[in-house]
Amino acid sequence: MASVTAPAPAPAPDIKEQRYLDHGQPLWRRILLTREMAIIALLIAVIIVASAVVPRFGTTVTLGFLLLDVTPILLIALPMTLVIITGEIDLSVASMVGLSSVIFGVLHQAGLSIPIAALLALGVGAIGGTINGLLVTAVGLPSLAVTIGTLALYRGLAVGILGTTAITDFPRYWTQLAKDRMGDTGIPIVMILVAILAVIFAVVLHFTPFGRGIYAIGLSAEAAQFSGVRVKRTKLILFVVIGIISALAGIYYTLRYGSSRGDNATGMELQVIAAVLLGGVSIFGGRGAIHGVIGGVLLIGVLASALRLANVTSDVINIITGVLLVLSVVSSSVLAWVQSRRARPGAAQGAGTSAK
Amino acid sequence: MSTSTMFTPTEPGTTFSSRIGGLAKARETGILLALLLVIAVTTIKNPAFLFSSDGFRDLLLTPSILVVVAIGEAMVIITRNVDLSVGSILGLSAYLTGRLFIDFPGIPILVVFAIGIIFGALLGLINGALVAFARVPSLVITLGTLYIYRGINLAWTGSDRIDPSEMPAAFLRLGTQTILGIPVLTVIAAAVLIVGAWYMKNTRGGREFYAIGSDPSAADLYGLKVTQRVLAAFLVSGAAAGLAGVLYAARYGTVNAQAGLGLELEAVGAAVIGGVAIFGGSGTLWGAAFGAVLLFTINRALPVLGIPDFWQRAVVGVLIIGAIVLDRILALRQSRKLIEARDQDHG
Amino acid sequence: MKFGNKLRTVAVVAIASLALAAGCGGGGDGGGEAAPGAEASAPAEDANLAITFLPKNLGNPYFDVSAKGGEAAVKEFGGTFAEVGPAEATPDAQVSYINTLTQQQVGAIVISANDKQAVCDALTEARDAGVKVVTFDSDTNPDCRDLYVNQATAEGIAKVQIDMIAEQIGDSGEIAILSASANATNQNAWIELMKKELANHPNIKLVDTVYGNDKDQESFDKTAALLQSHPDLKGIISPTTVGIAAAARYLSTSKAKGKVALTGLGTPNQMREYVKDGTVKEFALWNPEDLGYLSAFAAKAIITGEIKGDEGDKFTAGKLGEKTVGADKTVLLGDPFKFNKDNIDQFDF
Repeated sequence: MASVTAPAPAPAPDIKEQRYLDHGQPLWRRILLTREMAIIALLIAVIIVASAVVPRFGTTVTLGFLLLDVTPILLIALPMTLVIITGEIDLSVASMVGLSSVIFGVLHQAGLSIPIAALLALGVGAIGGTINGLLVTAVGLPSLAVTIGTLALYRGLAVGILGTTAITDFPRYWTQLAKDRMGDTGIPIVMILVAILAVIFAVVLHFTPFGRGIYAIGLSAEAAQFSGVRVKRTKLILFVVIGIISALAGIYYTLRYGSSRGDNATGMELQVIAAVLLGGVSIFGGRGAIHGVIGGVLLIGVLASALRLANVTSDVINIITGVLLVLSVVSSSVLAWVQSRRARPGAAQGAGTSAK
Repeated sequence: MSTSTMFTPTEPGTTFSSRIGGLAKARETGILLALLLVIAVTTIKNPAFLFSSDGFRDLLLTPSILVVVAIGEAMVIITRNVDLSVGSILGLSAYLTGRLFIDFPGIPILVVFAIGIIFGALLGLINGALVAFARVPSLVITLGTLYIYRGINLAWTGSDRIDPSEMPAAFLRLGTQTILGIPVLTVIAAAVLIVGAWYMKNTRGGREFYAIGSDPSAADLYGLKVTQRVLAAFLVSGAAAGLAGVLYAARYGTVNAQAGLGLELEAVGAAVIGGVAIFGGSGTLWGAAFGAVLLFTINRALPVLGIPDFWQRAVVGVLIIGAIVLDRILALRQSRKLIEARDQDHG
Repeated sequence: MKFGNKLRTVAVVAIASLALAAGCGGGGDGGGEAAPGAEASAPAEDANLAITFLPKNLGNPYFDVSAKGGEAAVKEFGGTFAEVGPAEATPDAQVSYINTLTQQQVGAIVISANDKQAVCDALTEARDAGVKVVTFDSDTNPDCRDLYVNQATAEGIAKVQIDMIAEQIGDSGEIAILSASANATNQNAWIELMKKELANHPNIKLVDTVYGNDKDQESFDKTAALLQSHPDLKGIISPTTVGIAAAARYLSTSKAKGKVALTGLGTPNQMREYVKDGTVKEFALWNPEDLGYLSAFAAKAIITGEIKGDEGDKFTAGKLGEKTVGADKTVLLGDPFKFNKDNIDQFDF
């Protein structure tokens, strides 16, 4: 046996054990230092300031009214987040709220019971969402234009059916249910429904393949298509869902205000979109999270409620909403510009630096 | 060298663009035809709709405010942007007009017009600067400025109103005066239309708007001054809304904080119906103007035809959807024709 | 990105806090009024004289005048006055304001309702929280308010308008009504009674009722549409001050001036020019300032317990003297008054 002396192993170079992290940053940074947390932090700050400055703000009565007011916006903002993340938009949601409110009222007046009328109104929402979805996916039209058209169409149908009259005769049981609070906490019962829906949407968006597909579509629809995501089917489903949820919001709105009118919720689509954008969702698609959106909706709601209690007129609320919206969008753009300036002189930062 | 196989180059302007030009023209004439059809049907039902002097005057007069706004909006949409704040700008400008007459009695009417236009242009410039420099989508920016400008309007106006008695009679007469039977406001709107349309079609600047809307990155690489053009588009849109505000004050005489509410979606709808593609790059100002007139005329025609005018918005919605579906079909046909023609030439 | 996010958070918090502080401190009507209400409601209810007017909508000259009267009354008895309201005359907008007033625990809400039924739930919730509710001008269902201050009997208001139009068109021809919003309680009550009154005028035919929603531009455009759709129209009744002003403005520049009669309920200041140029011969109203004045005193009477709202209760309403509560917890102001070019210069509201 020829002994082959294995050459003495070369002196081991001074290689430190490489640890490859799953992410570029530790968990607490990933969760806390995001746009969404910035909005939530802002929300908490505003609540604290308002409770101290505005008389009667920190009461359960106020909390109850605040939640009742934001419920329709919150409901619609949940699916709107998904729609905007895919890069589409739906401007017809408020008109669907009005249309479902009218259908609900008319059916009830014609003698149907509240639950049946509500189910049929939800069906109308599904049909409306399907029309939007088909025009966008099957015919290939831009969602901005389509939903401007359906905004006019659904609102027109709502106003056409009822004219300028309102149906205001609803059974006390249901209108009370829409407003009842849970015991002494002041939190309305409908918040249970809202919470359930919020959890469902959060789980779908963040923890399912369908949700990952939504992000993929937003970042690049073509790449997603070739990766096996069924782009058209996903978008169609999203439009149908947002139609149903808008109809649900319409039923709630009708019962809460006790009035079914063709022009209920006019302009609400802009409030929803403003809240969603404020919550960190990018209008270009591909980025956003549910908790940020909830924070955004609550932020606008808290500001509006606190300012109304302080007898500040609605114009200031408008201005603040607008400024927040512009700031939140411009600031990310400005920051990107600042970062690109800082990154230019040399150092490639981010993942990959092994030294430190 | 045989000349029989010499390849005769096709002159631009014959095969491709003349067909495209034909299609585009077909779009605007289509709207015009629809408009004439609506007027004809309504006049048959009630001749006073067109032939009474009030009827004819109102037909031309009432849409002229929206026409002016739609023209500005169309310019913005052609560059692949959108301006949602035009309604708020109109409201502010209308209230400013009233206040100028109240606080500066004897101020010449032309000065008021100028101030209104400049004021609107400044507000539009803010939009344009945010969109062009911060590279933020115009939908979001103008949504924000819609709130901000409307809020400023509410804060300034409060629950105050401008009454007709507070404005000079000569100014209010502008709202109903006619020159040779055509209302003054319509003449102003037509002038804006003709100037704008000529600029868009025949000047280099105008064509650049289309280029930017068709493909912004290509326009950038080509060396077009994208930032300047976008700024200009928003400036014009704001100025148009400012002018429309002055016209509003003249026409209605009463201005409160609700003036112009919801006008932005009407303006976008008018442009879309008139053939301006929402993703930019095509459509003409003529189309947007006709779209605006069509919208208002339908509104007036419905009650005469016995349909409660509550259904007007539904009709508008159907029209918008029909318009964009039609545009899509035309675009598909056009690209197919282009591919065919290309294949023919190379075959 | 990490540094930027923190910076941005701080910046936006600072701005929002400044905005909130600025909003509370300086701006807004009655920013200070919330405070006295907060202190005063702790002891017995009769100390809480914070009275807030909630009209159908803001920016309506009729309600501006009634608010003036209300404010004068509140000053007289030493309470605090505030006025809030929606921009559009819709029922759901009013509900939000009622909710806010309930949270603020004001002494009384004085409301002109946009709908009989829709605001009832919110008003009941307010009353459960100890806030008194007085309706004026436009009522709600009687069981959700403590008192209703009516300007004149509905029959009287309807009759005076029919009488005027009959006189102005020679008791025969087509007429139309330009109303406010289709749900307003008072409008519907008057229109019903007008239709009944028309039975006494068999040659007058009511051909259309249109709604201008108390919006000036809409009323203006609806008037134009009326004239176009009904070329034989002889008269228009507009039982709303916004509507009649807009209609008069349209008529005075159209060919129909002088040919189509216009009457209804209007304020002298708005109608003066059209009465003088012949567009309108005669119209009616009451004094909205007195209405607001009376409503504020009625609210005070309920808050202090001077009356309970039962029929026969009496209370003093400042310079208007003693008033008695009638059936259905209603207090009447007086009779409608006719304005024409002979007397219109004597009034300033």
